[in-house]
Amino acid sequence: MIEFQDLRKAFDGRPVLEGFTLRVQDGETTVIIGYSGTGKSVALKHVVGLLQADAGDVIVDGRAVSTLDRAALTALRREIGFVFQFAALFDSMSVFDNLALGLRRRELSDDEIAERVAEALALVDLTGAEDRYPAELSGGMRKRVGIARAIALRPRYILYDEPTTGLDPVTAAVIDQLMVRTREHLRVTGIVVTHDMRSAYTVGDRIAMLYEGKIRQVGTVAQIQETEDPVVRQFIEGRPT
Amino acid sequence: MIERLGRRTVDAIKAVGGFGHFVGDLARAVPDVAVWGRLTLVQMRRVGVDSLPVALFIAAFTGVVLALQASYTFTGTVPLYFVGTLVGKTMMLELGPVLAGLALAGRVGASMAAELGTMKVTEQVDALETLAYDPQSFLVLPRVLAGTTMFPVIVALAILTGIFTGWIASFVLLDLSTQEFLKGLKLFYRFKDTWFGLFKSATFGCTITLVGCVVGLSTRGGAEGVGRSTTRAVVYSAVLLLVLDAFWALVLLR
Repeated sequence: MIEFQDLRKAFDGRPVLEGFTLRVQDGETTVIIGYSGTGKSVALKHVVGLLQADAGDVIVDGRAVSTLDRAALTALRREIGFVFQFAALFDSMSVFDNLALGLRRRELSDDEIAERVAEALALVDLTGAEDRYPAELSGGMRKRVGIARAIALRPRYILYDEPTTGLDPVTAAVIDQLMVRTREHLRVTGIVVTHDMRSAYTVGDRIAMLYEGKIRQVGTVAQIQETEDPVVRQFIEGRPT
Repeated sequence: MIERLGRRTVDAIKAVGGFGHFVGDLARAVPDVAVWGRLTLVQMRRVGVDSLPVALFIAAFTGVVLALQASYTFTGTVPLYFVGTLVGKTMMLELGPVLAGLALAGRVGASMAAELGTMKVTEQVDALETLAYDPQSFLVLPRVLAGTTMFPVIVALAILTGIFTGWIASFVLLDLSTQEFLKGLKLFYRFKDTWFGLFKSATFGCTITLVGCVVGLSTRGGAEGVGRSTTRAVVYSAVLLLVLDAFWALVLLR
């Protein structure tokens, strides 16, 4: 279970998270929605210790992330796959090496690594792309490689940072299906940060809206769709005022 | 005015603290040999082989110019074989390490700052961390070790090239025989001349690569930020290299 406890974070004196509290249950996919620049990605990065909270903490399976030493943080990171907004593929490495890099840290044999890479690429429908370089891939393919890199690690948790941003509707739908398939195949717990409501309804078990540094409302897809909260309604309907 | 001065002082203290923190993290990455060992070899090839042409090119012309300037300065009052002394001493003690260092500050330091800066702004550094790698052992340590070990090799070859072209210029343009040139070269030679230049170049290599990495990994703000970091890395490296040059002369040559 991942628990955000009263998380607070400011950049250059400008507060971004102001008491962000959310509980993500094992096996479920929670989608965090909210306006651009409200701190959704910032919250996500606290889970793997890429950012340190000014106050509050993130608790992963009873471990407070801010208190972990380097070895414990590395151990925690081995349980979590992170899919970055722009995939963050290593552009000097082939697709195979991008996927194999994390696996080489786990003392697997070369055969096991090759098997896991092939399996992950098959899951994202990119079999045969092993020797290609990120520069040769389309935006959607890069995102799929990013997801494959995360699932090749067979993590307990996967964190998706804006997985469909910048994609055409069809490719975005493919990515959505992929996230659902990943959850069903690997039974991982997921957190998805997005402002794409179609994606949120497709992949989410629960949806939480981040507004002004805090959770404004959290509920199932049906509860969010029927909400009477004017702020949440305006956001999910995409109304300007 | 006072407020601005205070803010700059605080920023400077923060920068020094940040650098100390960076070096501390680097030291903690040393036991992670499995990660940095293989990558260091790759970087040694990049820093060494790829930088060699520019260093040798500069040294070749420096050797020629030194021989001609020495002959012009002596104008018959000093025996011409002292051209060998001046070319050898100057190449070994100063111009070999410093000119190669300045050229490599532009080539190696800038390329490291640009590469790591791009990785930083495209979240590749964050991705490394989420894959349970320490950026210090994966990115920084191999580059710093490669710079520290390969700079003396490059500088040694640059010194030899400079002396060789100085000899050719003396032989062809100044009618100085090989025996006379060698006589001058050996005249005041001390083993310290060799190790001083090579030791100095190792410290230059360490500084240039460390600055490239520190500046690259602190990049913010997209392509413009990468451009700023690249320029900053070259300027800081060049300034630090000249300060170090004076420091070692003060400490080791007095």
